[in-house]
Amino acid sequence: MDLKGQVHKFGDDVNTDYIISGRHKFKTLDMKELAKYVMEDLDPEFYSKVKAGDFIVAGSNFGCGSSREQAPLAIINANITAVVAKSFARIFYRNCINTGLPLIECDTEQIDEGDELEVDLQKGVLYNRSKGIEIAVTPLPDVMLKILSDGGLVEHFKKYGTFNFD
Amino acid sequence: MGKTIAEKILSTRSGRDVKANDIVVAELDFIMGQDGTSPLAIQAFQEMQARRVFDPARIAMVIDHSAPSPLEGVSELHQQMRSFAGEQGICFYDIGDGVCHQLLPEQGHVVPGDLVIGADSHTCTYGAINVFSTGVGSTDLAAGLISGKLWFKVPETFKFVLNGQLPAGVYSKDLILHLIGDVTADGATYMAAEYVGEAIAGLSVEARFTISNMAIEMGAKAGLMEADQKTLDWVKQHSTKSFTPVKADADAVYARIKEYDVSWLEPQVARPHTVDNVAPIGEVAGTPIQQGVIGTCTNGRIEDLRIAASILKGRKVKSRLIVAPSSRQVMLQAIREGLIEIFLESGAAVVTPGCGPCVGTHNGVPSDGENVISTANRNFKGRMGNNRAFIYLGSPATVAASVIKGEISDPREFLR
Repeated sequence: MDLKGQVHKFGDDVNTDYIISGRHKFKTLDMKELAKYVMEDLDPEFYSKVKAGDFIVAGSNFGCGSSREQAPLAIINANITAVVAKSFARIFYRNCINTGLPLIECDTEQIDEGDELEVDLQKGVLYNRSKGIEIAVTPLPDVMLKILSDGGLVEHFKKYGTFNFD
Repeated sequence: MGKTIAEKILSTRSGRDVKANDIVVAELDFIMGQDGTSPLAIQAFQEMQARRVFDPARIAMVIDHSAPSPLEGVSELHQQMRSFAGEQGICFYDIGDGVCHQLLPEQGHVVPGDLVIGADSHTCTYGAINVFSTGVGSTDLAAGLISGKLWFKVPETFKFVLNGQLPAGVYSKDLILHLIGDVTADGATYMAAEYVGEAIAGLSVEARFTISNMAIEMGAKAGLMEADQKTLDWVKQHSTKSFTPVKADADAVYARIKEYDVSWLEPQVARPHTVDNVAPIGEVAGTPIQQGVIGTCTNGRIEDLRIAASILKGRKVKSRLIVAPSSRQVMLQAIREGLIEIFLESGAAVVTPGCGPCVGTHNGVPSDGENVISTANRNFKGRMGNNRAFIYLGSPATVAASVIKGEISDPREFLR
């Protein structure tokens, strides 16, 4: 899977309330509707600025806080291709794999707002085309790769009816 | 080599001898979903083409995040939960019954040594009674409902050794805020926390829940404590289930160990907009406050209400005050003890047990530029439903003292 797009940069500790606020998320299961409010409390213009295929890039502990799966789903439905961060909070991390949103854990110091990124998930490499540099990516655990390669946890369960990592 | 509590519980429940960083599929003792997460889980359950849950007796669904429903859209989602719970025969708590993290221990669903998941990040609360409990999202919840299992990475453990006894006017909330401020919001990410020492032994079980509840605010997967006599007595009062408590081995291996002397601790307050932005009360005292909130899964239990009422008794509030007891049982007990009368006489608004004021769905959204002091566990920008408000977090005593004076205040001024 080859991913390409432009960077929207955020800081450390971006919590799931910022990704999708509680005042919106409890109202509906319509994720296209929720996607309009993604990152609203950090940048009210965010949804209108995003182009299909863009990346969210952040510092450490991305996705901390509430376990709401509406957070990765709102990001997916805002047509963000992947989230790149130094580290992720664990519930968010699982929720992304389960719902099929690619996560890229790497050093993000040399990635700035507006940079053009390209990611080769198979090879585990991120290219910052704007700066002409290559950044190594922390590989996902095998269990997560298996769920992602099945197309998320729903597809995994449709296939096996339970967890199957053998 | 010895094992931590997390390693022991995950070994027992997976039937394998595991250590930190192993990946296991483990059997769950109990599973919970609330109204912010269950509708998506029900959708995933259907998409996974499942028909029946693995065991209705080991599942609860709770309507607490928007209870009672403030909006038509929410009402429809609540109805989906009622239908699903009815069809599947699972335990269901409707509006007014209480906050999920109060109900699971109070109603005896979870006991020491259990492995529990809940689709709510504060599921780590039950660690206070020696339960390995952790928050998950809706798809993991659906997988649990179907299979009774979940995969886990066995966490490393961060051990907090808490020496000394908390001084008067300083509570378990102050202690956990201090720890979070010290290790920061991602200080224990991917790890289990174990809280040990004489300070924990000196606390009631109710006060211990506050500490485990906020383990997630330092990134931890679980906030574990050993079961002592107080735990065993409390659990036997609330549950008829049999159980086997789990202790860490003396030679268990820890990723980090930090030691604290709590006997000098002062009341602590988390300032906007992160939980780890913690200061001793002296640094924030005098900050004007427009609204106070007492309640939530962190501090809405009967002891919390008693502490707040002891300060509010015979006094009037200068700031608005919202009180949300954490369950129907807690509210009934508070009525019997005359606490609700004290709150109402002081000028407080007492609302239905639930999460509303903390999570911004209803029941107390602040206006632009207002300062709120709350006993909740999160003060993120926008958390209470308005991203132009400022949220401070403190103990029930600190909130009570602050709303009386209309500014952040040291509760020790009110101790007799």
